[in-house]
Amino acid sequence: MSRIWQKKWFTLPLLWVLALVVWQLAALWYGPEIIPGPVDTWRGARELLADGSLIRYIGISFYRVLVGWALGSLVAIPIGLVIGKVGAVRMFAEPFLNFIRFIPPIAFITLFLVWFGIGEESKIALILYATLFIVVMNTLTGVLSIEDDKIRSARSMGASEWQILVHVVIPATTPYIFTGIRLAMGTSYMAIIGAEMIAANEGVGFLIWNSRLFFRTDWIFVGLISLGLMGFVTDRLVGWIGRKALFRYGVVSTAPVRR
Amino acid sequence: MALATFPANTITIERLNKSYAETAKKSGNVHYIIQDVDLVVKGGEFFVLLGPSGCGKSTLLNMIAGFVSKTGGRLQVGDVEVDKPGRDRAVVFQQADSSLFPWLTVRQNVEFGLKMKKMPKPQRREISDRFIGMVGLAGHEGKFPRELSGGMKQRVQLARVLANDPAILLMDEPFGALDAMTRRTMQKELSGIWQATNKTVIFVTHDIQEAILLGGRIAIMSPGPSSRIAHIYEVPLAYPRDAAAPEFYSLYQTIQAHFDETEGGGTA
Repeated sequence: MSRIWQKKWFTLPLLWVLALVVWQLAALWYGPEIIPGPVDTWRGARELLADGSLIRYIGISFYRVLVGWALGSLVAIPIGLVIGKVGAVRMFAEPFLNFIRFIPPIAFITLFLVWFGIGEESKIALILYATLFIVVMNTLTGVLSIEDDKIRSARSMGASEWQILVHVVIPATTPYIFTGIRLAMGTSYMAIIGAEMIAANEGVGFLIWNSRLFFRTDWIFVGLISLGLMGFVTDRLVGWIGRKALFRYGVVSTAPVRR
Repeated sequence: MALATFPANTITIERLNKSYAETAKKSGNVHYIIQDVDLVVKGGEFFVLLGPSGCGKSTLLNMIAGFVSKTGGRLQVGDVEVDKPGRDRAVVFQQADSSLFPWLTVRQNVEFGLKMKKMPKPQRREISDRFIGMVGLAGHEGKFPRELSGGMKQRVQLARVLANDPAILLMDEPFGALDAMTRRTMQKELSGIWQATNKTVIFVTHDIQEAILLGGRIAIMSPGPSSRIAHIYEVPLAYPRDAAAPEFYSLYQTIQAHFDETEGGGTA
């Protein structure tokens, strides 16, 4: 009897059913305007699926996050490596990093609208910003935590400074970089929803924000659930790719990284 | 150049000093880690640096390796002044975990130096096969360091440096972290490899028995700061050495007595 409670195939669906029941009860108690139940939410989702807007919104939010996040990571990794490797650069960069990284991406939305316009650029710039500092900080930490012995042994085996960077520093930093880009994925979602709420005509954030005009709390629920699913799927995907491709570098975490 | 030309695997040290500027500023007088060390290690010699922790033996080794710069004096390998690490001086570190590359297999670790030299793959493979075999790791080429025991990791380190064919091997308590039985095996094998390859070895340890088992000469360093070489013992015993032999034991006693006389010389 006690054994079945430890089986994942049993407890996990049970928890989900339990959550749905609680959700439905709350909906009955408070009424569908305050809390739309699972059935109402599903109906709302059908509506949004039927005219194609939900898929389009999810697609556009995905696109913004992926482009901004990929660009941000590509820019951040070399910056982190340089700051970590060159002491003189680090002396200048660290105070700035520690100042700017406390400014949340959302706070930049208005400014980015002025700088990059109302179009895609401002949103992608925002995601890029959200990604940049997390990945830079993680890469930097990775470079600084390489054991002296690794650098020394490479040097005494005749490796040039460039070879040390390519064959020692980057591989040794890979797990840190990977953790950085995985964490950045989470902040990217937070940033994009904020941006879409304030300044967009499409996207999941826009859906959530716009639904208030029609008092469609069920659509808001659809938006929230979509976000959860999007985050879950991308995180698992990134984690899986990391484990498969980067196993030899010591990327082994099985659980998704949470903040 | 007052010195005569020496073979490339001879190490000549004259009045070598190491001090740190920070300590000098703070207290007014200079604190030496090591002070006025004079030493000639002949080519092909197995030379042991013996002393308690903190006596500067690792500092001296790191200076010969080129990791730590000298403050004064002369430090030459062959007739070239040492100012940076080089292929000719291979280093076997105490901690294999921090010095091996965990993202590379045993073979890739062993071939690292050859790859840096851009040696073609077939040649690299031939050399790595030879040294992986020499340290007894044949069959483990495809494993990652995390899959190996402590003793096997030190074998990888040994094969990795031997593959680069260095003139000099610098070893910093390489067997210190191993269990007694593995250490014994490794000592025997190192002794055999040294006799087969004719490298100059400088071996740092705080274990008197290990020193006598391996060394042709044993230098005792005085406790720091301002360490210097207090005495050099010749070991007149033939290899392989027997730790139970009376000559072995009497030398052990002599060295132990030396430490007992010196303040703070608490070694095993």
